[in-house]
Amino acid sequence: MIAYIIRRLLLFIPMAMGMVIVTFGLLLIIPGDPASVLLGQEASPEAIERLRDALGLNDPWYQRLWDYFVQLLSGDMGQSIFQNQPVATIILGRLGATIELSVAALLIATVVGVAMGVISAIRQGSIVDTITMFFAQLGVSMPVYWLSLLLMLAFAVQLGWLPSIGRGAPLPEALWAAITGRPGVLWDSLSHILLPALALSATPAAIISRLTRTSMLEMLREDFVRTAYAKGLRRPRVIVRHVLRNALLPVLSVIGLRFGMLLGGAVLTESIFAWPGLGQLTIAAISQRDLPLIQGIVLTFALIFALVNLVVDLLYAVVDPRVRLG
Amino acid sequence: MMRLPKALRNPSLVVGAAITLLVVGCALLAPFVATHGIEQMDMRNRFAGPSLEHLLGTDNFGRDLWSRMVFGARISLMIALTSVGGAVLIGATVGLVSGYFGGWVDLLLGRITDIFLGFPAIILALAIVAVLGPGIVNVSLALIVVFWTEYARVVRGATLVLREQNYVQAARALGASPLRIIFREILPNALGPIIVLASLGLGTAIIAESALSFLGFGLPPPAPTWGWTLSYGTRFMRDEPWLAIVSGAAIMITVLGFNLLGDGLRDVLDPRQLSRGGGARAKGA
Repeated sequence: MIAYIIRRLLLFIPMAMGMVIVTFGLLLIIPGDPASVLLGQEASPEAIERLRDALGLNDPWYQRLWDYFVQLLSGDMGQSIFQNQPVATIILGRLGATIELSVAALLIATVVGVAMGVISAIRQGSIVDTITMFFAQLGVSMPVYWLSLLLMLAFAVQLGWLPSIGRGAPLPEALWAAITGRPGVLWDSLSHILLPALALSATPAAIISRLTRTSMLEMLREDFVRTAYAKGLRRPRVIVRHVLRNALLPVLSVIGLRFGMLLGGAVLTESIFAWPGLGQLTIAAISQRDLPLIQGIVLTFALIFALVNLVVDLLYAVVDPRVRLG
Repeated sequence: MMRLPKALRNPSLVVGAAITLLVVGCALLAPFVATHGIEQMDMRNRFAGPSLEHLLGTDNFGRDLWSRMVFGARISLMIALTSVGGAVLIGATVGLVSGYFGGWVDLLLGRITDIFLGFPAIILALAIVAVLGPGIVNVSLALIVVFWTEYARVVRGATLVLREQNYVQAARALGASPLRIIFREILPNALGPIIVLASLGLGTAIIAESALSFLGFGLPPPAPTWGWTLSYGTRFMRDEPWLAIVSGAAIMITVLGFNLLGDGLRDVLDPRQLSRGGGARAKGA
């Protein structure tokens, strides 16, 4: 097990380095002189020269790449061009909100997706199966930004049940407030997160449900399931203990792979619901062409994604001995 | 002849193909299908509901929505085709080479694929468009960069399976060159999964292109992209939600068509499920 963990951790290093190179490469593909492109036409030659210097554009690219590595290793992602703050500080201030939203969406997607998949698998071919899979197909085909708008239109604008934009107190804080006798704070946070999390969960939920269904159907045909029935075990027990446990293994790894999609969807959902996270920051950074900030954000997203997959792989090895031995 | 009836009994395939044909047909015949000019304004008829005069109603300038949707389909489909085409070309080549030669070539290409796969697609695409600037070519390029990995992974997997088949071994024994084996023996048999993935990928590309347009980083107005129509539709959403609903529905129906088509094609073309390794929807927005 330890050997597997070490092997997997070692793989993470070249991966992270590659991601840094790609992120760095963004600066290289700017057509023309990056400094004057980034500052726009009204910029003075002095300002451009200062930025050239700050970005290290006067050095050859391999020198800059090396500097970028060294700089990143000390936790420095550079300086934002327009916000006059270190990129790392800006990103850290936003990270919590995005993680909160993504985790909430992932939880909803997993619960709903697995439930839908199990129901349609054990009722294969029935009307329930057809309806569930129809919704799964819709979920896969529905753009997350459109679903966000529809949910907002229905539950915030028309019905007025939930707030349409913004965020309450961070959930851990809100939980603590509820424990110490102020449940209103928790309710406020939950009411804000519900719509964006629902919107963001739709596509992953649909994908998880389809995968769970396929995986369940495969397992239902296995010999050990027949054996379990032959032993006289009851159906619910066989389904949960024998079929579902095995069927969820491939689903687990897919949940990790889909997390990147979730992070991407968060950019759109956040911009619609004015959720103050990385997504909103991304849009702002891109509108201003604040390249150091854009690079920092892209790299942050990639590293989160890679870390999540690392954790999933390790979890997978814990649950399934075949992985670490194979 | 045996295959046709079986394919026609696959509901996903039939419905998906019908939707796709409809959308592609409208896009190709846009000048004939459109009832108005896309910039033709009618300020007395702003936010009109659907009628015989305006099939899908009008927008905030009284422009005919149906006509704008039909011309928008052209843009979406063109970008989707270009980006998926480019992604297939690069991805399939990488996958074939990687799977066939194995060894350090496979290791190197595999790591590069993993690195690109490690970026959330829409975020990398946004960053690339931010750097290159908007426009049809740059949007397509950005989508190629984020989409090729799916094809590389799946084609590599398929190649690993196909490489061990007897007819490939036989070709090798006969002294065929690697290039010949890859393109004449392996590629034709990997086409099934590629087509399946490409069909699903077209849906993903349309969602991604619309997302970029929605955020204002796709084709600049006055191009009648679906994403941008949806985006400015949201400004009037409180009182006139119709605009946002129609443009989003256009995107969803088209994507649904490609997804159903892809699922149906998978049942028919790829019974061995070589394409199961990835799934083009892995990276959609």
